[in-house]
Amino acid sequence: MDLYEHMGKELFRSRGIPTPEGSVAFTSDEAAIATRALGGRSVVKVQVQVGGRGKGGGVELCDSPEAAGTAAERMLGSDFEGHAVTRVLVEERLPIAEEYYTSFLLDRSTGRYLALVTAEGGVDIETLAVERPDAIRRVHIDPVLGLRAWHVRELVGTLPVEAREGAGDILRRLWELVQEGDASLVEVNPLVLLDDGRVVALDAKVTIDDNALTRQPRVAELKDQFPIDPVEKRARDAGLQYVKLEGRVGIIGNGAGLVMSTLDVVAQAGARAANFLDVGGGASADTMATSLEVILSDPAVRAVFINIFGGITRCDLVARGILEALDRVEADVPIVVRLDGTNAEEGRRILSQAAHPRIVTASTMLDAAEEVAALANGEAA
Amino acid sequence: MVQGITGKEGTFHTLRNVDYGTEVVAGVTPGKAGQDVEGIPVFETVADAVRETGANTTMIFVPPRFAPDAILEGADAGIRLVVCITEGIPVKDMAYVRGYLAGTRTMLVGPNCPGVISPGEANVGIIPGEVCAPGPVGLVSRSGTLVYQIVHEMTSRGIGQSTCIGMGGDPVHGIGFVESLRLFQRDAGTGLIVMVGEIGGDDEERAAACIEEEITKPVVGYIAGFEAPAGKRMGHAGAIVTGSTGTAAAKAEALEAVGVKVGRNPTQVAELVEEILSQRLAGQPADEGDPAL
Repeated sequence: MDLYEHMGKELFRSRGIPTPEGSVAFTSDEAAIATRALGGRSVVKVQVQVGGRGKGGGVELCDSPEAAGTAAERMLGSDFEGHAVTRVLVEERLPIAEEYYTSFLLDRSTGRYLALVTAEGGVDIETLAVERPDAIRRVHIDPVLGLRAWHVRELVGTLPVEAREGAGDILRRLWELVQEGDASLVEVNPLVLLDDGRVVALDAKVTIDDNALTRQPRVAELKDQFPIDPVEKRARDAGLQYVKLEGRVGIIGNGAGLVMSTLDVVAQAGARAANFLDVGGGASADTMATSLEVILSDPAVRAVFINIFGGITRCDLVARGILEALDRVEADVPIVVRLDGTNAEEGRRILSQAAHPRIVTASTMLDAAEEVAALANGEAA
Repeated sequence: MVQGITGKEGTFHTLRNVDYGTEVVAGVTPGKAGQDVEGIPVFETVADAVRETGANTTMIFVPPRFAPDAILEGADAGIRLVVCITEGIPVKDMAYVRGYLAGTRTMLVGPNCPGVISPGEANVGIIPGEVCAPGPVGLVSRSGTLVYQIVHEMTSRGIGQSTCIGMGGDPVHGIGFVESLRLFQRDAGTGLIVMVGEIGGDDEERAAACIEEEITKPVVGYIAGFEAPAGKRMGHAGAIVTGSTGTAAAKAEALEAVGVKVGRNPTQVAELVEEILSQRLAGQPADEGDPAL
């Protein structure tokens, strides 16, 4: 789960990591009031689950409550890189002497956490990584050792002496967040040294491991705060992995790899997918019915491709589920079905016996893709 | 042995593996020692099961809360191969497990994986054995159902498999492409290797480097996800670390640059395999003596 900056900062504060004073605003009035409370000046920032806000006009320095209100007005309800902005964070403006960068993340290739620190924080960190990699201190953290004192000394070694103690303390607390809070990513860009010598986290990008949400209930509760497309919500509530895309072929498949492959073969056949939908393993008749209902509720869909290779998933249950769905929901688009694997023959028999006018069976994945692309493009089958 | 044998999934897949011909000699479910599942004795601990039956491999069907401990228990008891089917294990727990395993001789496959099958010999996991056939192709895949699809395409063309490894989809996992490629390179029964990847991470790029340095057997690749939308990036850290964009195109390119033929769909993969194998049989120059072919 990718958290909004203000949520990340709440987690930081709960662990004693200094952050700017600020509050969340849902209206331009709230932004103005918050700015007045901060002494009349503030920085207003969109709250979205992506980076690049500075470059993209998502961060504005405001010299008055009215200016903050205007900034918030512009931001709220807008779309930032495909994300709806429903709130902004209004914070005090701090006298910044220097900007650094730090992050903790899981390095998939080694299976260990990696800590990064550089004295050159701000926006061009990726260029730095390519052009002057030595400017970034990296430490792999062995899970048995954890973050130790010498690791911290190594990490803060390129920072000015006056910042090392404050930064080191923050690093230890960020590591605690990773360990106790199940954060798979924590990034502070920038981590700043103020004129008065304090070190403060000016930004917070925190990702909490989805597999750990059952043991992080306070974070799990935040799920409903992120705007979600109603169709996506319906699918998620049914335990389906669903992502809306731009095309007109509705896709249902089992297993993320197979579904991605299905998107690819449909594109190769000349049409684009309207969605990604993974029913997972062991799909029951009910799951199939719900999946089909979700897909058919999308007005962009002109044809559907159900692509199942049953391992644990039984094709006879899939077939029954498709027929059950078509009892529950009107389908005015053709549905191409490819079944293979466990009980596939039984599944195909069930479908051919039912002889539903909307259902077209195909014997191979590629044939099915050609078929459904032609149907979606309005060509003769 | 099967840890979690008495659970619904555990029992179902254990019996399926037994039907296939796998020697399942024990199960472990704490609190149910003394019971049996269709004659397979259940023990309290992995150590007990090893002592009484000599089991050397374990399949884990334990819920995510207990699965990390189950893996560690297996390694601690000297089990050489742990196949963990469980999905949903927190990444922090797996990072710890992987750190511990590095100090042992235990090989882990998974978690969140369909398992390993050597057609005609043994099936440890949930890969449908009926789809496979014995033969010269070694396959390793991040995706479970793509194993079935690609194996099916090959088997339908009369091309069998030596061993299929479903390494699973979790970010921290046991053996991956590199370790699997090395195992297949050393395996006399494997003449050609198929690797099935997808978007995200840099496993495929690292596999390409390994192939260039160490692998002489022909490799055919497949990457799923050319049409997947670019993931939203939370911060810069991921890109700094991997230096890979994580896209399907980048992965295909990295593999092709080291001589791997990359199919653009599962059928094409089977066609490429067929082409390479028939070239070999027709006596075209081989890179190495490949007795398996």
